Amino acid sequence: MQVALADDGQTEHLDLEGLIACPVCDALHNLHPVPVGEIARCHRCHSTLMAPRASAMTQIVMLAASALILMVAAVFFPFLDLSAAGFSQESSVIDAITAFSDGLLFPLSFAVAALIVVLPAIRLAAILYVLGPMMIGERPARHAIPAFRLAEALKPWSMAEIFVVGVAVALVKIGGMAQVHVGPAFWAFVALVVITALKDTFMCRLTVWKTLEERSQS
Amino acid sequence: MQVDGLENTGRAQPILTARRAGLVACSVCGKVHAAGSDRCRRCHAPLHSRAPASLQRVWAWWLAGLVAYIPANIYPMLRTATFGHETKNTIVGGVIELMQHGSYFVAGVVFSASVMIPVGKFIAIAYLAISVRYVSALRVHTRQHLYEVVEFIGRWSMIDVFVVAILSALVQFKFVASVHPGVAAVSFALSVAFTMLSAQSFDSRLIWDADEEDQE
Ligand SMILES: [Zn+2]
Ligand SMILES: [Zn+2]
Repeated sequence: MQVALADDGQTEHLDLEGLIACPVCDALHNLHPVPVGEIARCHRCHSTLMAPRASAMTQIVMLAASALILMVAAVFFPFLDLSAAGFSQESSVIDAITAFSDGLLFPLSFAVAALIVVLPAIRLAAILYVLGPMMIGERPARHAIPAFRLAEALKPWSMAEIFVVGVAVALVKIGGMAQVHVGPAFWAFVALVVITALKDTFMCRLTVWKTLEERSQS
Repeated sequence: MQVDGLENTGRAQPILTARRAGLVACSVCGKVHAAGSDRCRRCHAPLHSRAPASLQRVWAWWLAGLVAYIPANIYPMLRTATFGHETKNTIVGGVIELMQHGSYFVAGVVFSASVMIPVGKFIAIAYLAISVRYVSALRVHTRQHLYEVVEFIGRWSMIDVFVVAILSALVQFKFVASVHPGVAAVSFALSVAFTMLSAQSFDSRLIWDADEEDQE
């Protein structure tokens, strides 16, 4: 698609398909294929435009799948084991979320469940749904485009890593009241956080969008 | 580096932006469209040269966040009952208690997440929103970094909300010890969510537009 644009009297012809605008600062760039392993930065604000990596799709799918499995373990396995004055209590995340829904704890456990379990799980599932078929060279699945936009929009609201720090602080606070033993679910959560962070560094947003577009047309 | 900037040949103009070229760029995927397009053809996101009413939405969420932050500091975050004796802790009270137990590092973490980050975030967002209208003392790159830091670090304020949720879900030993969340836990969670929405409403391209106008 050719567009004639007048810029102070001079007319240039720009091929819109070969252009990319920096989402951060709106600067226009000519986009050539970026070699694997290199990072293309905006020449104005220096934010990363593209950073494609070798077999990134496969790695992301594998990491997202492992994170999703760990999420199931993190939710249903025992999380913390507390004992105080002869009482002992073992709870999983799902027990903690469902067991106490009195008064103010209800909106709070609802929000916590959404931020640490539901939204991260939806995000991982959406990434698998979008990148799974692309990994094996298939056409993108139906609704892959809104699914990837959802995955991107959920990124700031997936707070599993913040929860892990919260647990560490809570353990220090409980220290005076009770003996605490961390269960397998806690370590599942820690592994999940590390894997998700690794996956996010592999994922180049603009490369995924470009691949989605190319594959949907072919 | 395989992405070239479009230099305007022989002109003193600094940088060609999509808006200056009469085009509309997608802020989600970077695809460039002819002016007047309303949906991105690559990712189907609504297209706007600049997010409509960005600053109004920033200020609306900012104010909502500030209003929710006030009760979060006044009312108790945590009610702890041990052997029938109840103690209430505000955010700052919780930090002081941690310090009395000698857990200075954890106290520092909670203080940063619950006091320094939220306050710093209110100031930073307000500064960014004002600076796009007036000449700013900070360089444009510094302001962009400030915005990235606000977006990256703001979510971490949720730590204390998670701490309260974990404690009140786990510490339930009937008469011996039980922990219940206070009103502040909910209003603090809302305050963090509102300020996150405020930061997300801010169109970072406005920072760079202000810079462009300065140079003209
Ligand atoms: Zn840029
Ligand atoms: Zn787009």
